[in-house]
Amino acid sequence: MGANTIAAEDQAYLRIENLCKVYATRDGEVRALNDISFSQRRGEFLSHVGPSGCGKSTLLMIAAGLLAPSSGAVRVGGRKVDRPRTDIGIVFQNPVLLDWRTALGNVMLQAEARKLNRKEAEARAGTLLESVGLGGFEERYPHELSGGMRQRVSICRALIHNPDHLLMDEPFGALDALTRDQLVLDLQALVSERHMTVLFITHSIAEAVFLSDRVVVMTPRPGCIDRIIDIKLPRPRTLAMRETPEFAEYSRQILDLFLARGVLREH
Amino acid sequence: MTEILDSTVFAASHIAAGGGELEAGIRERRRQRARRERIAAVIYPIGMLAALIAIWEAAARLFSLPPYLLPAPSAIVRSMDANSAVLVKESVTTTLEIVLGFLLSVAVGVPLALAIYLWRPFARAVYPVLVSSQAVPKVAVAPLFLVWFGFGLLPKVLIAFLIAFFPVVINTAMGLAALEREKIYLAQSMGLGPFATFFKIQLPNALPSIFAGLKISITFSVVGAVVGEFVGGQGGLGYLLLIANGNMDTALLFAGIVALTVLGVIFFALIGLLERLVLPPHAVEHTSFGRETM
Repeated sequence: MGANTIAAEDQAYLRIENLCKVYATRDGEVRALNDISFSQRRGEFLSHVGPSGCGKSTLLMIAAGLLAPSSGAVRVGGRKVDRPRTDIGIVFQNPVLLDWRTALGNVMLQAEARKLNRKEAEARAGTLLESVGLGGFEERYPHELSGGMRQRVSICRALIHNPDHLLMDEPFGALDALTRDQLVLDLQALVSERHMTVLFITHSIAEAVFLSDRVVVMTPRPGCIDRIIDIKLPRPRTLAMRETPEFAEYSRQILDLFLARGVLREH
Repeated sequence: MTEILDSTVFAASHIAAGGGELEAGIRERRRQRARRERIAAVIYPIGMLAALIAIWEAAARLFSLPPYLLPAPSAIVRSMDANSAVLVKESVTTTLEIVLGFLLSVAVGVPLALAIYLWRPFARAVYPVLVSSQAVPKVAVAPLFLVWFGFGLLPKVLIAFLIAFFPVVINTAMGLAALEREKIYLAQSMGLGPFATFFKIQLPNALPSIFAGLKISITFSVVGAVVGEFVGGQGGLGYLLLIANGNMDTALLFAGIVALTVLGVIFFALIGLLERLVLPPHAVEHTSFGRETM
């Protein structure tokens, strides 16, 4: 057991150590994150699930090096993160597309920023768009696309440079249930093809269980880690799997934690 | 009637042809509708204007209004024809003042907005002064400019600039500031430097707002040039208006107003054209008054 833990720690790709984030507001200090520690292995799909305002988005921003922690540290491959990381692909809740660029142009922004070979990148962008069902929509502008399509473009933009680490902040939060299901399936396919390491923030229990190798359950503010749950469902996972007792058991575990913390209330 | 026929034919044809054709058909129909709306957008106001002019002409003849009070449109046209050489000459003078005043507004306004956006202490010092300075009625400053800069081209250009530069500053600064935090985060995660972030993301993001400012500015430039000519004119359409007024030549007065209006419309349209060339099509629609499909 002890030896195993050490081996797992050695494999750690991302390590979050005693992370705290305190915001100064008019009404005094607000503690958004409190003493968060966990690690993520290479190739692991790790989700954070928690109620709104538990600081999980803040956690992702800190993991991306976009926000500085108040105390504690983020290490990637052993090196401390002290500036915005560029070895990542990032997807926000909003697609954050540039209105004046086509779908392809938006994906290519990443390639241009990194000065990738244009021809190769364009070919890869085309393949990526195709693989998420946007073949033929390359020259459409964002306003000509549906919400789900826009988010797909933003996922392609986060993947075109084959990043080591994909960070997603409630990427499907603004979409309808059906589109969500499709995008969850698309994401699973994209990620398993590339053996990607994904840090995924969500408030959907089903989404977290479906996609993850491990789920980190957060408490309400100040966000602490409540429990980390291993999801040992076989891959690839199918929609039908959501109806199985095993899946329901995982959901139940998370639900029980939420009920125990008063995140959810059964009258 | 034809619409119904169209849609039946269309329905029949796409059932035969299948999905790809269906979408092409829908797009074709959308294009046709867009074309019809564009034509309607031109024809309706022209029709309205023509009707107003006809009523005016009829009223002037019917009630035989004295021409020094309200000349008939036909009389105005005759005056324009008779004075065409003068009108063109004075228009050239005024155009020069408008263009220079506008260009100066852009040349000063855009860098000023950039400095306000990029340099906080500068913004803290300049912005409140700039905003409160707009309470000064700029027309009232015109005589002062005459004292300082004489009767030539310069005071007119400066008055046009004084009136026209504020919208450029405000709209540019607002457009630059209206960048979502997430776009900056995105740029950082891509390793995009501040320079590239500005030119690839921030400036294009601000362009619709900047163009809205330019459109206001060009119309203000026309006002500024005329005010300058009113106060200390030796030429230009504003000066012509004063002369016509003094001679009770109301038909010429109207002719001058028409010339000024035409100038204003042409300049506004030129900025609109530039906007169309620079921005993708849908962004332009957002800044015009047209029906919004959003």
